[in-house]
Amino acid sequence: MEVWLSYGEVYGIIFIAVMMFFCLGRAIVGPTAPDRVAAINMIGVKAVVIIALISFVFDHMFYLDIAVVYALMSFIATIGVAKYMEKGALD
Amino acid sequence: MWEIVSNILSIILMIGGIFFLAVGVVGLIRLPDVYTRLHATTKCDTMGAGMVLLALAFQADWISAIKLIIIAIFIWITNPTAAHVIAKASWVTGFMPVEGDNKAPKGGTPVE
Repeated sequence: MEVWLSYGEVYGIIFIAVMMFFCLGRAIVGPTAPDRVAAINMIGVKAVVIIALISFVFDHMFYLDIAVVYALMSFIATIGVAKYMEKGALD
Repeated sequence: MWEIVSNILSIILMIGGIFFLAVGVVGLIRLPDVYTRLHATTKCDTMGAGMVLLALAFQADWISAIKLIIIAIFIWITNPTAAHVIAKASWVTGFMPVEGDNKAPKGGTPVE
């Protein structure tokens, strides 16, 4: 059963990476600016999940700290872009 | 006994989380409007990421499990907030929701 779990981690990483390419396609095609921001936000959450899975595949648990910092930076980037879209300035 | 139960719970949560992430991507590509896309991505992304991180937390030692649960709670707090901020920004900027039949038009049209 542990073999199934390790295969599940690796195939999960591959599947989530393929889904991130579809999100990138929406971020490129997307007709308006909020579509692009939503797609980039979704890519950030998927990147956090991929970092957590990679820490289990390579058995290096300090990668989870990188996942925490990446989640924080993705949230700050989304809030900053949305505030810039709303008010036209970041002051 | 606890190992078998935790492994089965991990497999179920992993499959469910990846299913919800795939549903969110289908909604992001397929739906016609920025508001409906946010509706699809937020719920499915929060649920999928939380389920995958909890599935990993059943396989870790306790400090890594605490870190994973902290990441999951952080995503559960910040992802709806970010979607709400994006929706408010697009509404204030003037993108109207798409109305009418389900022909998947090009997106919201800005109001003059």
